[in-house]
Amino acid sequence: MLSRVAERVYWAARYLERASSTARLVSSYENLLYDLPVDYKMSWYNLIVINDLEEAFNERYSNRTERNVIKFLLADEENFSSLVNSLKAVKENVRTTRDVVPEEAWELICELSLFAKENLEQGLKRRSRHEFLDEIMKGCLQITGLLGASMPRDAAWEFLQLGLNIERADMTTRYLEAGLTAILALEEDQKMVNAQQIIWGSVLRSLGATQYYLRTTRTPVKGHEVLPYLLQDPHFPKSIAHCLRAIVSACEKLPQSEQAVTKLKAVERKLATEVDYENPGEVVLEHLNQLQIQLTGSHFVISEAWFPAEV
Amino acid sequence: MVPKEKTSSNAWNDYQPGDFYDELISSPGNARKPAQKLYSYLKSLSPDDIASRKQAAESAIREMGISFTVYTDEGNIDRAWPFDIIPRIITKKQWDKTDAGLKQRLQALNMFIDDLYHDQKIIKDGIIPEYVLKQSANYRPECEGISPAFGVWAHICGTDLVRDKDGEFYVLEDNLRVPSGVSYMLENRSIMKRVLPEVFEKIHIAPVGDYTSRLFETLTSLSPRKIKKPVVAVLTPGIFNSAYFEHAFLAQKMGAELVEGSDLVVQDDDCVYMKTIGGLERVDVIYRRIDDLFIDPEVFHKDSVLGVAGLIRAWRAGNVALANAPGAGVADDKVVYAYVPQVIKYYLDQDPLISNVETYLCYDDKQRQHVLANLDKLVVKPANESGGYGMLIGPHSTKKERDTFADLIKANPRNYIAQPTLALSTAPAFIGKNNVPEPRHLDLRPFVLQGKDSYATTGGLTRVAMKKGSLVVNSSQGGGSKDTWIVDTSSSTNVSEGQ
Repeated sequence: MLSRVAERVYWAARYLERASSTARLVSSYENLLYDLPVDYKMSWYNLIVINDLEEAFNERYSNRTERNVIKFLLADEENFSSLVNSLKAVKENVRTTRDVVPEEAWELICELSLFAKENLEQGLKRRSRHEFLDEIMKGCLQITGLLGASMPRDAAWEFLQLGLNIERADMTTRYLEAGLTAILALEEDQKMVNAQQIIWGSVLRSLGATQYYLRTTRTPVKGHEVLPYLLQDPHFPKSIAHCLRAIVSACEKLPQSEQAVTKLKAVERKLATEVDYENPGEVVLEHLNQLQIQLTGSHFVISEAWFPAEV
Repeated sequence: MVPKEKTSSNAWNDYQPGDFYDELISSPGNARKPAQKLYSYLKSLSPDDIASRKQAAESAIREMGISFTVYTDEGNIDRAWPFDIIPRIITKKQWDKTDAGLKQRLQALNMFIDDLYHDQKIIKDGIIPEYVLKQSANYRPECEGISPAFGVWAHICGTDLVRDKDGEFYVLEDNLRVPSGVSYMLENRSIMKRVLPEVFEKIHIAPVGDYTSRLFETLTSLSPRKIKKPVVAVLTPGIFNSAYFEHAFLAQKMGAELVEGSDLVVQDDDCVYMKTIGGLERVDVIYRRIDDLFIDPEVFHKDSVLGVAGLIRAWRAGNVALANAPGAGVADDKVVYAYVPQVIKYYLDQDPLISNVETYLCYDDKQRQHVLANLDKLVVKPANESGGYGMLIGPHSTKKERDTFADLIKANPRNYIAQPTLALSTAPAFIGKNNVPEPRHLDLRPFVLQGKDSYATTGGLTRVAMKKGSLVVNSSQGGGSKDTWIVDTSSSTNVSEGQ
């Protein structure tokens, strides 16, 4: 498999995952805002913070209103991670790897970007937003489903797995970090169990994790249970541990992978370190931060091992 | 209130084929034999049916992502492929003759190219004057003495055919460098099957789908390494090229690698390798869609970043096959075109099965005088342009344009030829908001392959000038396209295509 094609398949997967998590994030956030106490100063702007997009956002908008945030996340051409740009990136990467992805994938991604483009206005309006985002999420699932059902498990498949799982792990740490930051920002009198539950509940929901969290932990939604579940549960596909395992085993199937595997196993070990999640505070936040840095680093490990050298 | 029309029958009865050969309608209200079933089917459709079929075609095109890229000042824009849902129909009998003529022509042209890069007998024997070669823009002295497999230089040829008033096909030009359009020919058929499925049940339409496997066979037959599964790659300039869609399409349909220049490297052993995740892997055959001059900075344009340094070295050493071979473009010079009938006679001792369009060479004093005196009636073309650029269409030109061309011709007579304005055939196309059938001019580009064997597509890509009266069919200049049907009228016809 060509190194360049490997890189593009990897990015196609990352952007596909990014498009679907952006859609899910916006859609679940709305739920959260309506549940929180009125005096709690949580705003749409948090979505910008979660995605590390403050600088880019502030260059474009001076008002942190709902409409601006939504517009920036879904429709903005200047935001390289916006929904439309993510879909565009999937399309461009699939366009240049049509020899390795199933031919129907090209048609599906054309249909989905077309749908997003033509119905974008619906996504911006509050009344029709839910339906729009739902369609986007379904479209993304349809593509991942197609790939899963039809691609041979060769190198192209492994690069797809690498892209999907790195992006997922990255999102999960971001959401955890954002949840914890929000909890720590609660005023003393708001630190009622209820607010904490709402925030962690929202983290779970934005990852589609609520149902399996409840089944696995058999505990109501509490921070000291949610954090280890999303970090270390070996079975949930969006937990960091599961993503990392998938990344390592994908790497092991690729040629000339010794160095990369060694480096990625070090990240797994870091994740396994004992951390006290009871009353999580600054220590846990720092741990999350470190993890995220290492996850960002895994991209470079993969890139160095298999992608074309930068010219 | 105007009663809503149930069928479009009236609109069809008003259709005027005019003073041209119409592909479907022989005289008002009468369809040609192979088009009769289609004609009665089209007449039975209501205006609403037509609108919805047309819309179905448009959304199929967008959903299938069939596009081409147009260069504008604001950057490159992907445009949806323009398509008209009325097919153009040719009888199998006429096509069989054309098919033989296309193969004959390409065979002769390949012998001609091979001769030019070796002994140049055809010039020594005085069939073609020496100046034609001396001043040829696409002759590559770097290729002299090289002997590609089977003596074939142009493996893939796009031959532009037009049908004149007499109903006969004529060759308008040969494209021997990097002809494009075949993917659109194949996609047009898939669109039609989605849009008018019931017609395919009623009429026996010859399938077109085997092109990509024939192309793959042609390419593998060129492999210098005689191994079971040679590595075949399609070399593209990248996504900014107007035909990128086609490059990706062909790679996918052949199961070949789609590579860009930066994916390839030529090592000290003069072999070509591609950079894979497991290291370097040798490449045997390259279907290159990059122009000669950009293909190897070691030999041609030094600053080209699209090509691969050392590619010509590897090709010369016989370690990789290039299709089309560099230098093949010498034969799609329009001055060479004028000599093709003699070329066929010289190498094959046969008469051409498909005629040329009458052509005046501006290099010849007498012919130039004729051209200059008749600029308002002729079409003047530069010898080495493609894509319909740099032409003068006399009857549609202004005095100022004619003066400019007169100066251009006098300054560089070798570079210009002229042809009479052809009465290009027409076929009905649905025009305007009300989808009224109106005649529009069209041409036909079949694709011809030659490696160990020869092959021509069943029909080809029909391009349509969508503007009334216009003769310019290029998609970059507002042209559209149609599906092309080869229909057998002699056998019993209730057979479906069966794909």
